[in-house]
Amino acid sequence: MSAEPTPEVALESLDELWFQVAGTLCNLACSHCFISCSPRNTDFGFLGLETVRERLAEARAAGVKEYYFTGGEPFLNPEMPAILEETLRQGPATVLTNGTVLREALVDDLQSIAGASRYSFEIRVSIDGHSPAMNDAIRGQGAFEGAVRGLRLLGRAGFLPILTAVQTWDDAETPSVLRALEDLLRSAGCSRPRIKLMPTLRIGMEALRTRGYLPEERVTAAMMEGYDPGRLLCSRSRMVTDRGVAVCPILIETPGAHLGRTLDEADRPFAIGHDACWTCWAHGAICSNAGALRGGDR
Amino acid sequence: MRVALLGGIYSNHIALARTLANAKARQVDDVYCLGDLGAFGPHPDLVFPLLRDAGVRTLRGNYDDSLARGLDDCQCGYTDPRDNHFARLSYRYTFEKTSPGNKAWLGTRPGESRLEIGGKRVLLCHGSPRRMNEFLWESTTPDAFLEKLFREAEADVICATHTGIRWSRELPSGKLFVNVGVIGRPENDGTPDVGYAILEEDAAATSGLCARFERVSYDFRELAREMRRESLPAEFAETIETGWWTTCLEVLPSRERSRGKF
Repeated sequence: MSAEPTPEVALESLDELWFQVAGTLCNLACSHCFISCSPRNTDFGFLGLETVRERLAEARAAGVKEYYFTGGEPFLNPEMPAILEETLRQGPATVLTNGTVLREALVDDLQSIAGASRYSFEIRVSIDGHSPAMNDAIRGQGAFEGAVRGLRLLGRAGFLPILTAVQTWDDAETPSVLRALEDLLRSAGCSRPRIKLMPTLRIGMEALRTRGYLPEERVTAAMMEGYDPGRLLCSRSRMVTDRGVAVCPILIETPGAHLGRTLDEADRPFAIGHDACWTCWAHGAICSNAGALRGGDR
Repeated sequence: MRVALLGGIYSNHIALARTLANAKARQVDDVYCLGDLGAFGPHPDLVFPLLRDAGVRTLRGNYDDSLARGLDDCQCGYTDPRDNHFARLSYRYTFEKTSPGNKAWLGTRPGESRLEIGGKRVLLCHGSPRRMNEFLWESTTPDAFLEKLFREAEADVICATHTGIRWSRELPSGKLFVNVGVIGRPENDGTPDVGYAILEEDAAATSGLCARFERVSYDFRELAREMRRESLPAEFAETIETGWWTTCLEVLPSRERSRGKF
C-alpha cells in the first residue's frame, strides 16, 4: 500500500442535510445493509423532534437546499409525521423507507403533510427485486409483499414513489430487471414509474454477504486529479445522528466520521480514506435523489 | 427600465421570431437571452441571425458551452438512460448542424450578466449563479437556499432558466428570484404556448421590481413539421404539438412531475 496522504474533501456548500431519524433500528434485517440495521440494533437511537428542530434552525441559516430522512426504518420513529411537517415548512424532503410499515392512516397523514407544503415531498421505497424470491432473499421473508402493499397505498394517495433498488445482479441483466421493476410499479398503481439504482457498499452486512473492500480499493491523491469533488456527497452534505453530526449517511459506524455536535462544528474537511469512499468516488453521490434516477417508458 | 428575458430557445426559430416581435411591441429597452440556443428543435443555425439582428444580449448556457468546446455531451444533467438517449440524439443533430462560426460565437458569450434596474442589482445566469447546469425548480428551491445564493452573488434579483418551467418568488427580505422559463418548448402544461419574462420597476413590490410572464403563441404545427422532416424523434414533435413533456421527465421533482401528463 502506498504511504501517500489521503485526499481531503472540504464542505463546499451544505446543500443536503440528512437525518438518521430512526437510528439503526429497522423492522427488517437485510443481508446487504451497509450499517447492519435490524430490529435489535439500537447502537444509534431515534432523533427526537426537538433535536431535528435545532438542526433545522441551523440549516436555515446555512441555506440548505434539501432534507433526507433515513434509518433504520424512519417510520418506526413515532414523531416522523411531525418531523416531516416541520421540515417541509422550510424545504423539500425525501424519506427512505422499506415501505412495509406504511398503513392507510399514516399515508393519509403524509398526504395531508405533502399537500400543505409548497415543496416536493419524495418517498423512496427500497425494493431489491421484482419478485418475492429475488427481493426476500435479501430483505427477508414477507418484505416484498409488505413493500408492494406500501407502494399501492402511496400510489392511491397520489404520491410518485421512487423505487430504490440496490444492484445485486450483473450489469447485463439491468435492462430486463428495470423493465420488470417498472411493471411492478405499474401493477401497484404507480403509473409513472421512477426507479433509482444503487451500487452495493461493501461494509456492514454486505461485507459478509459478498466481500469487503480490497486494500487497493482506496481513493488516492492521483484519483482526485481532474476529478470534480462536487460529485462526492461529503462536499455538500452532512448527516445528523443522535450521537452528533457525521460526514455522510454511509459512514456513521466508522470511527472518525463524526465531525461535531452541530452543523457548524461539522463544517470541516474530511479525509476520504475509508473503504466505502471508493464506491462514492466511482459512482458519484449515490445517496441523493439526483444521482442515478431512472424511469421507464411512459 | 424594462427588459425582456428569454430562456432556452432550443432551435425553435419560429417561437423566437414571435417572442422578439412580442417584446418589441411591449417596448422593452433590452432583450436578454439566458442561454441554450440549440437542442430539441430543427435547423439550429436559424436562430443566430434573428438574435444578432435584434441585438439580443445572449448568455452562454450549458448546451452552448458544450457546442463551443466540442464536448461529447450537452451537460444537461440527466441521469436516466432514456433521458440520456434522447439528449444524445438531439445533441448529435445540433452539433452536426451548427456552423463552426456559430459555435465559436457561442464560446464568446458570457456565462452571466449584471445590470441595474431602479437601483437594484440584477444578476442574469443560466442555471444558477454558482453552477451553469444547476436545476432550480420551484418545489425544490427553499427560501433559505435562495437567500444564500443572493448573499454569495451580491445581487437583489436573480434570473435564471435551464429547467424549462417558469416561476418566480419574492422573498420576505425583498429579494426577487425569477426562472424565466424557456421559449423552445411548452412547459408541460398541456398547451403548445411558450413564454418569457418582462422585468421592470414596480413601486408596489417589496423588491421594487416585478417579473411579468408573457405567453407566446406561434405556429407550432409548422415547427413540428420541420422536426419530422429532419427526422428528429417523434416524441419531441409530440411535445411541441400537445404541450406535454414526453422526455426528460426524470429530472422533475414530484410536484412538477404530477402536473404533467406523463
